Amino acid sequence: MSAVLFFIAAIGVIAGAIGVVSFSNPFYAVLALVGHLLSLAVLFLLLRAEFVAAAQVVVYAGAVMVLYVFVVAYVGDEEQSLGGRLTRRPRSRGVDGRKPTGALFAGLLLVELFIALLGSGLKMVSSEGAPYAPGPRTYGTPAYIGNLLLTRFLLVFETASLLLLVAAVGGVVLARRRGGLEDDDEAVLTPLDILRPRGTGTMTEGVEGLALARSRAGGVAEPDGSPQDEGSRVGGPPVAGNGQASRSGW
Amino acid sequence: MNIGWYLAVSAIVFCVGAFGVMTRRNPLVVLLCLELMLNGANLSLVAFSRMWGNGDGQILALIVMTVAACEVCIGLGMIVAIHRRRLPIDVDELRELQG
Repeated sequence: MSAVLFFIAAIGVIAGAIGVVSFSNPFYAVLALVGHLLSLAVLFLLLRAEFVAAAQVVVYAGAVMVLYVFVVAYVGDEEQSLGGRLTRRPRSRGVDGRKPTGALFAGLLLVELFIALLGSGLKMVSSEGAPYAPGPRTYGTPAYIGNLLLTRFLLVFETASLLLLVAAVGGVVLARRRGGLEDDDEAVLTPLDILRPRGTGTMTEGVEGLALARSRAGGVAEPDGSPQDEGSRVGGPPVAGNGQASRSGW
Repeated sequence: MNIGWYLAVSAIVFCVGAFGVMTRRNPLVVLLCLELMLNGANLSLVAFSRMWGNGDGQILALIVMTVAACEVCIGLGMIVAIHRRRLPIDVDELRELQG
């Protein structure tokens, strides 16, 4: 029974992986990865890693893949037009030889891994693994993993939480809506920009558009920083995004 | 099933992911193939953890999943920023990112 389940799940895992690599549409690639992750969770269950399997389904196949689907839906329309443009464009050098070279290196890597697997002197590789007895707090259960995470691997756990915080802040900073990106002179970062970031996605800009935010910011009509713009900005009310919006290229 | 079968599946998945990273040009799909490689490593970690009956490998697999989530967050943020600047979403075209 476990052998049948293993082979079904392994075929699903490998088919999902090949689907991710071979689908040209990124949306189908994401769906293939979802199937791959679900089959991989079955393999984890067969390896008695219940908590890891549950985390795989919830975190990976749930949260991360939803993020992927949103980004594919956001970027997708440009993707297709870009693909059409790229096929019409003459290919740059080295594009034709990339697929055989990649296949050659991946095949060599696979051969090397199989040599390492078959030639290893580990006796337990060809066994079922350590003895296992089901129980409420035995190997692989959430109680077991939680006990390990909060006693022996507490530092690792806290470091992972710090890493998640850094990644969340970095994602917000990278994907925020900022004005003036099209102007090259605006891209220069000075210490004043750090103290007071310009056009960093205020609610007024996002909801009502930049033109309304600009007019609300004190009737500044000049799109670039003219002297009267500077004067009105100094004397104007301290509205967030005041003056910065007038410099944006949008 | 023997542990060796799980290790074989993990090796195949890792190599398929490496092939995708080397050949695909869309950074979204490159990120997906990176996930494939991390999942292959995760499967071998859990298999070795089962082999010794020790939970350390499962903890490492969970940490790998955390790092993969962070990498996805940053990578997708970068893709959205590239899209906002109307740059081509293609790893061969984005040469000016090198400085």
